[in-house]
Amino acid sequence: MANPTIDRKSFTHGEFGVAIALTVLAVFSLVVAGKAHSTAYSFHAVLFAAASAYFVYKIVDRFYSRPAEPEPLEIDGKPNYNYGPIKFATIAGLFWGIAGFTVGLWAALELAFPVLNFDLPWTTFGRIRPLHTSAVIFAFGGNVLIATSFYVVQRTSRARMVGDLAPWFVVIGYNFFILIAGTGYLLGVTQSKEYAEPEWYADLWLTVVWVVYLMVFLGTIMRRKEPHIYVANWFFLAFILTIAVLHLGNNAAIPVSVFSSKSYIVWAGVQDAMIQWWYGHNAVGFFLTAGFLGIMYYFIPKRADRPIYSYRLSIVHFWSLIFLYIWAGPHHLHYTALPDWAQTLGMTFSIMLWMPSWGGMINGIMTLSGAWDKLRTDPVLRMMVVSVAFYGMSTFEGPLMSVKVVNSLSHYTDWTIGHVHSGALGWVGYISFGAIYCLVPWLWNRKGLWSLKLVEWHFWLSSIGIVLYITSMWVAGILQGLMWRAYNSLGFLEYSFVETVEAMHPFYLIRALGGLLFLAGALLMVVNIWKTIASPEASAAPEARPVMVPAE
Amino acid sequence: MADSEHNEPRLDPVTGYKTTGHDWDGIEELNHPLPRWWLWIFYACIAWSVVYWFIFPAWPLVWSATGGLIGWNSRTAVDQEVAALETNRGPMIDRLTSTEIAAIKDDPELLDFTRAYGSIAFKENCAPCHGVGGGGSKGYPNLIDDDWLWGGSIDNIGHTIAYGVRNDNADSRYSEMPAFGRDGLLSGAEIREVVYYVRSLADLPVPSSADLTAGAEIYARDCASCHGEAGTGDQELGAPNLTDAIWLYGSDTADMIATVTNARNSSMPAWGERLDPTTVKALTFYVHNLGGGD
Repeated sequence: MANPTIDRKSFTHGEFGVAIALTVLAVFSLVVAGKAHSTAYSFHAVLFAAASAYFVYKIVDRFYSRPAEPEPLEIDGKPNYNYGPIKFATIAGLFWGIAGFTVGLWAALELAFPVLNFDLPWTTFGRIRPLHTSAVIFAFGGNVLIATSFYVVQRTSRARMVGDLAPWFVVIGYNFFILIAGTGYLLGVTQSKEYAEPEWYADLWLTVVWVVYLMVFLGTIMRRKEPHIYVANWFFLAFILTIAVLHLGNNAAIPVSVFSSKSYIVWAGVQDAMIQWWYGHNAVGFFLTAGFLGIMYYFIPKRADRPIYSYRLSIVHFWSLIFLYIWAGPHHLHYTALPDWAQTLGMTFSIMLWMPSWGGMINGIMTLSGAWDKLRTDPVLRMMVVSVAFYGMSTFEGPLMSVKVVNSLSHYTDWTIGHVHSGALGWVGYISFGAIYCLVPWLWNRKGLWSLKLVEWHFWLSSIGIVLYITSMWVAGILQGLMWRAYNSLGFLEYSFVETVEAMHPFYLIRALGGLLFLAGALLMVVNIWKTIASPEASAAPEARPVMVPAE
Repeated sequence: MADSEHNEPRLDPVTGYKTTGHDWDGIEELNHPLPRWWLWIFYACIAWSVVYWFIFPAWPLVWSATGGLIGWNSRTAVDQEVAALETNRGPMIDRLTSTEIAAIKDDPELLDFTRAYGSIAFKENCAPCHGVGGGGSKGYPNLIDDDWLWGGSIDNIGHTIAYGVRNDNADSRYSEMPAFGRDGLLSGAEIREVVYYVRSLADLPVPSSADLTAGAEIYARDCASCHGEAGTGDQELGAPNLTDAIWLYGSDTADMIATVTNARNSSMPAWGERLDPTTVKALTFYVHNLGGGD
């Protein structure tokens, strides 16, 4: 490549390397498919082979249509941002979001009416529950995180994303992982670790994808044209790095054979439980908190058009959050075989985590100082601010529930489900919806959203849904906990377990109604996004500021 | 990079604070100090945690962990709670253990206690099949009526609970109705005839075309040895009374044909293997008292 004015087209190292690697993977997968011990594993191997072969074809196909020169880093002195993979991840996030919310509603209905599992193995609660959790956390949340992190890191670094095929590999590879994971759950392929159900081969694939994600992200930061790294990128980087470590630690497993989907985790007994909840809690901490704080730190100031409330607070709360979160996992194992000292540390670190978590809330909400009036007119900004309020609420509730005496009542009850959903629907859901509403007009170069009124409907429908969901689960959970521990004066349990299950029925109905409203709101969003993308392109670059409409 | 080196901090007129001079894609930051209330609550949480570490087991050492000043640990705590429960109900459990089951009703205090004991033991162990109130459902006998498959005396009920029905326990209640149709003992037509005859015994509607004489012959040959000449059943063999209105597996012609064709022979666990004798005694008393005990 000594001659810079080369105009003969040739394969890049990346194209060549990826094509070779995928060819090898395709052949290997075919061999595995032929000798697989189970049909489900064979099916997955065929999927691997087909997808690899298809993308080898796509790489060659793209080679003939692409210009000889690589995409320029800058055009007319402005960064030539790479939006293609971001658009893909945004749409994928919407798709998986609807899928995940629907399966969640179904799971909720199964709890109220068990007959809805249709007596089929694939649709039992035990299989669709992980399908729901993985679809909303990793498929919906993960795609939104990849999309926003790729957008934010480019914009705040004023640099085009590193890599030509690499960003595409990240978004497509990640969604392929989701396909393998989800179909695996339905077919009964699972290693039975909560939020880490996919088996060893899916985990290995995700590891490769994740390392490439880290390299693209880090490479873009290193290419930045800004003297400092923006706070959103600290959070994104903490999220990517820590998830990598957690994933490797919790999924350390030895496969029975390369021809079998089954593997055994190297950890055993209470150590396994501890590693599992070190992973599980930090999936909440670094995936659902740090990652989405990264979104918050870009989209709220951008949409409100106000400076971040406090630079100092962002530094202090970032480092204290990162340091303290990683130790809080044992609070998931109160009153178990886990030694008392570990339970104590898990609980006290959770208490100390309260203010570091709230630092993000303060910075998010107080950034609106001087722009409070926009909450009245801009439902997108309102959604994101309500999201931060939910974040504040659930990060207060979390430390509260980690206190052992509270936990002895709340643990194993639906209160936990309510807590998780105030974080998931309120915080993660709303900040994601807000970011998508901002992002789509920017990415597709549209003047604005198709309808802000539809966003209003989305906001109110899903707000009512969230309130129904979490209040019914609070009442159900506390009722359940009190019923479990109720003794009569003669020293016998007041209620049998079956009676406590029966008592949950009305709350399960209310919860399902809440979920239905949340899903309905999300469907309105899909319509709105679809109409926005279908509308004509804006002539000039889109305004970063929202188009204000008077309140009606 | 020159153009993006530190801009001059500017004063934000709305808040009265200066910005840091950073600017990322149009986003600035205010040089606002940490909110005092935030900082003090953070410190308070840390201080509280440190105090807690001194009081309770907290930090791992090489071979053990710090034990805390008050000597609390979860194992002792649960032992204490179990001990408190023992103190509460232990004497009454001892009294129940040493009292003959027939004598319970003569001791009003023990009677209340046994009912409460039996009630929760029933709900935890029996209700999943027999229903919370003991009303049963298709395939699971009703325990509140006076119809008993294996006898409704308190001793018979106690034996059935302790040893169960058709399980691996040596003292389990046992009998086995042949699967007349599946095993080819009776033809389809014969099964229909005998079912019609049995329906006539229970005063259930029978089509006018039914050949009850043929059915009676089959009944006398194949069924009467267990269910009795008159169809009144035999509790020694767990053979149901066929003349009453109680049909465990349904009284539709189709249900009855299925019963004769495949037999039912359902089972029940030997609860004496899972529960202690006093609990079985409380359950026996409770079930006998549900309404239909002989």
